[in-house]
Amino acid sequence: MTAPIVEAVAIWKSFGATPVLKGVSFAARRGEVMCLLGPSGAGKSTLLRCVNGLEAIDRGMCYVDGDPVGYRERAGRFHPLSEREASRQRAAIGMVFQGFNLFPHLTVLQNVMDAPVRVAGLGREAAASQAQEMLRRVGLAEKAGSYPRHLSGGQQQRVAIARALAMRPTLMLFDEPTSALDPELVGEVLDVMKELAATGMTMLVVTHEIGFAREVADTVLVMDGGEIIEHGSPGEVLHRPAHLRTQAFLSRVL
Amino acid sequence: MQHRSEPIIARRPRYGQWAGGAVLAVFAAWVVYQLVTNAGFQWGIVAHYMLNREVIAGLQTTCLLTVLVMVIGIVVGLVLAVLKLPGAGVLSLAADLYIWFFRGTPVLVQLVFWYNLASLFPQISLGIPFGGPKFFSVSSTLAISSFTAALLGLGLNEGAYMAEIIRAGLLSVPPGQSEAAKALGYRRLQTLRWVVLPQAMRAILPPTGNQVIGMLKYSSLASIVALPELMESVENIYSRTFETIPLLIVASLWYLVLTTVLSAGQRVIERRYGERLA
Repeated sequence: MTAPIVEAVAIWKSFGATPVLKGVSFAARRGEVMCLLGPSGAGKSTLLRCVNGLEAIDRGMCYVDGDPVGYRERAGRFHPLSEREASRQRAAIGMVFQGFNLFPHLTVLQNVMDAPVRVAGLGREAAASQAQEMLRRVGLAEKAGSYPRHLSGGQQQRVAIARALAMRPTLMLFDEPTSALDPELVGEVLDVMKELAATGMTMLVVTHEIGFAREVADTVLVMDGGEIIEHGSPGEVLHRPAHLRTQAFLSRVL
Repeated sequence: MQHRSEPIIARRPRYGQWAGGAVLAVFAAWVVYQLVTNAGFQWGIVAHYMLNREVIAGLQTTCLLTVLVMVIGIVVGLVLAVLKLPGAGVLSLAADLYIWFFRGTPVLVQLVFWYNLASLFPQISLGIPFGGPKFFSVSSTLAISSFTAALLGLGLNEGAYMAEIIRAGLLSVPPGQSEAAKALGYRRLQTLRWVVLPQAMRAILPPTGNQVIGMLKYSSLASIVALPELMESVENIYSRTFETIPLLIVASLWYLVLTTVLSAGQRVIERRYGERLA
């Protein structure tokens, strides 16, 4: 078995006095698509944000590609990374947000090529042609010159996926990517994600789309109250849940 | 039912508007009458001094001072605004103190204070404080001219006001924007420069335009430290010739010309930024 590309080891996190993650551990292999399910407030999004260091972890450690997120291990001690190093680490992990968060002052093409130019130091022309390629992949090549506000929610989210892919990430995080979309626009985003999964991209997906989890996921995690209560293949978790709380959750969303 | 003709709506007579308009017309006529017949305005003298060399030199100083003061104000304000964002720790307290002090004391007092700095610190030097060796030293009376006193007094004060304007602008950008930038690997300053500031400009520009126009007029306060800007120049002239009113008109006309030009520029810039983001 190959080394896991993501490994969370006993992660604890609270916001003020409220504990959000209570010693969460899991591991994902390279190329694995893992869906995180569970009621809202279960800590799914927070866990995802710990993986790329958007949230600082109180206790425990998260490893991506063997490196501790936000730290460097030397002689058994963990030293915080400098801002430059931490940014470089985040740049290798793509993230797609519930609210798209495209840059409204930039065109679609500029949205996709800006980080490769400013963060990765790619030349403008190379970045532009790469961005065109990414936009083709999500089916929006003809929207390159538009501004995000002229796009539908589904199109904006596909641009956001292209923007993350343009940084050539080793891992993609999706934080409820379809929750802000009108129902008829959900499909086009899930289709892009399915295609991405088929290329062998490692994906962690926080979602309420049980159908997507059943069809695409290799593993499903169910969280509740800051803990992982179920972990297994979609068949096991969705059809024969071991936990009563999982059954209760599934009966509400199915 | 279907044969009803188009209804005709009667207009209500607007007595209030007519009465107000009449009062205004009378007042306007009186103003024009005064402007034309009151010899005290001395329009000939006004015309004579409009392009006077001293006045034009003062005008140039006013423009230069306004530009430099706003540059200082914007730079100081940006630094303070960034320090006041969450996560700056002790430094945000320093920014609060700065804003508290410079907004809490009159700018006129600050101007005179900087001008008289020499009586507090006769020497300005660079070295180890608390009595250590000095590497470089200059007499304060030499270093603090009228112009530097005006720059410091107006600029540092303006910084406190610009800080609040820029901070409000930065906060108007949704936090998801910085988050997306961070996730893409932008560093803090890159996020500020390329993601947050361009979007904050829409909220920052209109009040900054007002500050520039305000500063153009506030710069006349520098006459108190004998800086020969527009106001000081006309004061110098009328203290010799006693043609006070015409020279005040000269200054007012120039201030009006400049603020009109600036307002037009402000509208153009705002429209450009508004289009890109609306």
